[in-house]
Amino acid sequence: MRFEYDIEAGNFSKAGDASSAFKKVLKQLNVDPQVIKRIVIALYEGEVNIVAHSYGGKIVCDIEPKKVSIVLKDTGPGIPNIEQAMQEGFSTATPAVREMGFGAGMGLCNMNRNANAMNITSSAEDGTRVELIINL
Amino acid sequence: MTIKEIAESLEGEIVCSEKFTNRKVEKAFSSDLMSEVLTIDSENLILITGLVNVQTIRTCEMLDIQNIIIVRNKKATPEMLELAEENDIIIIQCPFSMFKASGILYQHGIKPIY
Repeated sequence: MRFEYDIEAGNFSKAGDASSAFKKVLKQLNVDPQVIKRIVIALYEGEVNIVAHSYGGKIVCDIEPKKVSIVLKDTGPGIPNIEQAMQEGFSTATPAVREMGFGAGMGLCNMNRNANAMNITSSAEDGTRVELIINL
Repeated sequence: MTIKEIAESLEGEIVCSEKFTNRKVEKAFSSDLMSEVLTIDSENLILITGLVNVQTIRTCEMLDIQNIIIVRNKKATPEMLELAEENDIIIIQCPFSMFKASGILYQHGIKPIY
């Protein structure tokens, strides 16, 4: 089953709508609550990243029999140094993002912690693509 | 402690999901930083925060945190109340600082998560 969500840049009042909607789907499918929590924490961190740092993007969630695959794709501006971005505490967040309670440089690390696999590719031309796999 | 007991001890006001005032809480976590809250994993928790925006509720929704204390005499926004009510999340508004609210709950036996 595939679920797709468009994510608007900079709109913090809607940040989390996609994660909330996908959580409801997972609950309806009776997925283990601990696994749901891991999925939605990783997804929500990623959704907030698109809202906070990108020009906008899209989230595609695929539910398969043994895993959930999530692709978070934005349209730019890209992450210049992924290794640096993965370091806990490193952040390029604006004061507006920090006012919302984010921007501590913990998001990507937390996504990685909650996923069974995470893959990031990024360029200035194509934006950032984060793929998460969480086993069911 | 029940939500009702917590609200009384903090001279607070329960402003939504009032039907769950008998819910029991064992642990608490105090933070204004939702990035940090998203790294915790605990049951029967109450979040003590001074951050009043809709992301506070969204963060709690993702973590299955069903109880929030808003400190420093801040008020939940209408959007927060609506979203909290939808998710059966209780909000207590309290006039005390985060330090004082945390201290009172600690004295009453509420445990830290680490």
